[in-house]
Amino acid sequence: MGLSQSFFAERFGLTERDLEAYLSEALSAGGEYADLYFEYLATSSIGIDEEIVKSATEGVTLGVGVRVIAGERTGYAYSDDLSPEKIRKAARVAAMIAKGPASTVKTGFEVARQHNLYSMIRAPHELGLAERVELVKRADKAARAYDSRVFQVQATYADSLRHVMVATSEGTLSFDRQPMARMSVMVLAREKTGAPQHGYAGGGGRVTLDFFLNEKTPEHFATEAARQAIVQLGAKEAPAGETTVVLGPGWPGILLHEAVGHGLEADFNRKGTSAFSGRVGQQVASPLCTVIDDGTIHNRRGSLNVDDEGVPTQRNVLIENGILRGYLQDKLSSKLMHSRPSGNGRRESYQHIPMPRMTNTYMLAGESDPEEIIKSVKKGLYCKMFGGGQVDITSGNFVFSATESYLIEDGKLTAPVRGASLIGNGPEALKHVSMVGRDLQLDEGMGICGKEGQSVPVGVGIPTVKIDKMTVGGTAA
Amino acid sequence: MSGTLEQFAADAVKLARSLGASDAECTISEGEEFSAAIRMREVESLKEAGSRGAGIRVLVGQRGGSSYTSDLSKTGMEQMVRAALELAKITSDDPHAGLPDVAELGKLESDLCLYDPAIGQMETEWKIAQAKRAEEAALSFDPRIQNSEGASFDSQQSRRVFANSRGFLGSYASASCGLSVVPVARQNEAMERDYWHSAARSAAKLESPEDVGRIAAQRALRRLNARKVPTQKVPVVFEPRTARALLSEIFDAVNGGAIYKHASFLAGKLGETIASEKLTVIDDATIPGLFGTSPFDDEGVASRRTVVIERGVLKSYLLNTYTARKLGLKTTGNASRGITGNAGVGPGNFFIEAGALTPGEIIKGVRSGFYVTELIGGGANTVTGDYSSGAAGLWIENGELAYPVSEITIAGDMSRMLREIEHIGSDLEFRGSIAAPTLMIAEMMISGQ
Repeated sequence: MGLSQSFFAERFGLTERDLEAYLSEALSAGGEYADLYFEYLATSSIGIDEEIVKSATEGVTLGVGVRVIAGERTGYAYSDDLSPEKIRKAARVAAMIAKGPASTVKTGFEVARQHNLYSMIRAPHELGLAERVELVKRADKAARAYDSRVFQVQATYADSLRHVMVATSEGTLSFDRQPMARMSVMVLAREKTGAPQHGYAGGGGRVTLDFFLNEKTPEHFATEAARQAIVQLGAKEAPAGETTVVLGPGWPGILLHEAVGHGLEADFNRKGTSAFSGRVGQQVASPLCTVIDDGTIHNRRGSLNVDDEGVPTQRNVLIENGILRGYLQDKLSSKLMHSRPSGNGRRESYQHIPMPRMTNTYMLAGESDPEEIIKSVKKGLYCKMFGGGQVDITSGNFVFSATESYLIEDGKLTAPVRGASLIGNGPEALKHVSMVGRDLQLDEGMGICGKEGQSVPVGVGIPTVKIDKMTVGGTAA
Repeated sequence: MSGTLEQFAADAVKLARSLGASDAECTISEGEEFSAAIRMREVESLKEAGSRGAGIRVLVGQRGGSSYTSDLSKTGMEQMVRAALELAKITSDDPHAGLPDVAELGKLESDLCLYDPAIGQMETEWKIAQAKRAEEAALSFDPRIQNSEGASFDSQQSRRVFANSRGFLGSYASASCGLSVVPVARQNEAMERDYWHSAARSAAKLESPEDVGRIAAQRALRRLNARKVPTQKVPVVFEPRTARALLSEIFDAVNGGAIYKHASFLAGKLGETIASEKLTVIDDATIPGLFGTSPFDDEGVASRRTVVIERGVLKSYLLNTYTARKLGLKTTGNASRGITGNAGVGPGNFFIEAGALTPGEIIKGVRSGFYVTELIGGGANTVTGDYSSGAAGLWIENGELAYPVSEITIAGDMSRMLREIEHIGSDLEFRGSIAAPTLMIAEMMISGQ
């Protein structure tokens, strides 16, 4: 596809000459690189609560971000108006970061190579409103039918379609049309007396509504949320102190996201402020651990055909058999570190400066039978589901919150326990991994990662993993 | 400019009514932002831009629909209104849906000191200099501070406009600026960072760059060479920055949206003693110059002061029109939303009333305990009140801050923690819309080694 067939050319009449003119304006005071990020985002969401469809919202935002890089400096400006005067004005503001004679912009554009990871049967705007409402109604019904102790159900379906175009002063041009859809269900359950407990499930990815009709149905998410709430009704206090922890497969991969992923983002390492700084080639995990960040998996929430700097995404090995191999790079950090972009330059919207971010982060499967892993633990905690997590990049300390876990006693799962935070230190925690299951699972597609005020969708995954020593923040002594 | 925006809001409401809405409300938000980031004494980035957006919510009988756009042209307005009306066809009748009663609509007319025009006129060079001075103060404070995540100076100006079909039309401008520094302290293998941030609605009210830099450096330094302590139950003292996080959990638990769904451990407890009699919690959106202050809420209801907890007794939930109707109560003027959708509930200035003791006096009374300066991850489960969070701070020994502690968690049950609040400090400062002084809880579970 060339510019003339693109969404932005058709909708806003943009030509290659226009793009060259804006980029020249951006480099009018010097600097060695400039780019334009055009974004058009249409969203819709529908919510049911107390069996009433209470909310339905749609909307559109659009804009362009102009970036200029001069050495280690970045100038940034944006406009939510795509008229030539406004884009030129934004370019002039971004140009103020540099002080010198104008730099030249390459004439003509070459369209960047890219993947095709999320072809759409039907784009979101081709779908009927009635079909979307039906999804949340089905989820509500299924959760209530699961158990008579369920008394509140809230379900949301949200989808979006984002058109992006990135034009750079190096003469590259890339386009993408990125769908995203997600369902989430929250359930409250209670016994006749006693406090309520809640359960939550959600998922989706770079898919559209059809995915929820054919693959992961509303009933799937609803029964999972209801199941969690019911399990919690019988839960006892979580243990406090150091213990052996077994993580179940899938979403518990958030451990990798917090413990190593953030610490390997190149900006922190370029600045020497990460606990992993300068450790490439060193042992940072048990030899059983190989950790990958892969933006090229079909239809996954964290996948992208091109990143938000127009670079095709790729599969990056972060840790190989316990040895730290590399960092997640964007254009600026890779240039300053004499490395190459790894397809991890991402941003929340046209209003934001890109930075190195994760895509889908997971650990490769090992050789252990998951049941054998649990059997090998005399006393410990099995964590099946988590809420969120957080990390202090510099000290390396990270926390992630278990929402569904069970005591392991003499190799068997026994009582469910209540929610608790788990804490560890990034470069140390994975050294205590002593068994890795052969059951790698990716999460269902509900991750949102926050960094410096910017949110982007991500994926995680992990097989069943045994960690010999971890601190669990419960209340039972 | 603002005249045009008010006209747009009023016209959008009128258009919605003429196309079949029985009621409508329109919100417009317009903003400009600036930020200068410095790192290792050099400018790292400069960002400057503005944007705006409009949203509408319509009711057709008891069915709602909403939409938003960044296109504030006549065409944009019409597309937005038609989309919302279309969506109102697929939602359900909700007997409690509706705009506030006309008698509830209103706005504070006094000067709330939310907008200082000087913020929009600050020179870029001056703003860069503030951030440079703050980072320099941190870097030159101690030889163990050799690196930095940087310093930044940012400023925002915004205008919010709201109109509804019951005759409300209002708008207000606000502005703020902030200065922050994130130094990195290093000694041998140990590396720690911390930050300090000052924000205000006028540049004159910011802490000096030298103070911001020095405090940030001291905070990072005192975390070096932290130990992990044994698992045990001890008294826990929250400094204001972490007490504020705890108070935001209380906000979630008195939020009317959680109450009517029975999704809060405080549901059904109105009038009961739920906390130590030392605890009084207020929500007040009328205090001039603060971050949670506004003339009216996001439904056009006049801002006010609400006593939420008075000497341990739960006096009021925080409500918007919808949650109030669900509970058979009156709105407390806490409606909050972006530019579209059904309103949620948000804080005005939500704070714990200051007590009599200084933080030093509180610490002096602790023989062995934990002083929390940082909370990471976790938090409270609002439904059950279970609380568990990662933490870092300083160990208290015989009334003195003795050594840094990290990689531990603190846990408890919110209902019990509230009743076991033993001391409240005199050091209340409004650094955001949620504010708390130093707080001591008699006993919590520490998980460590």
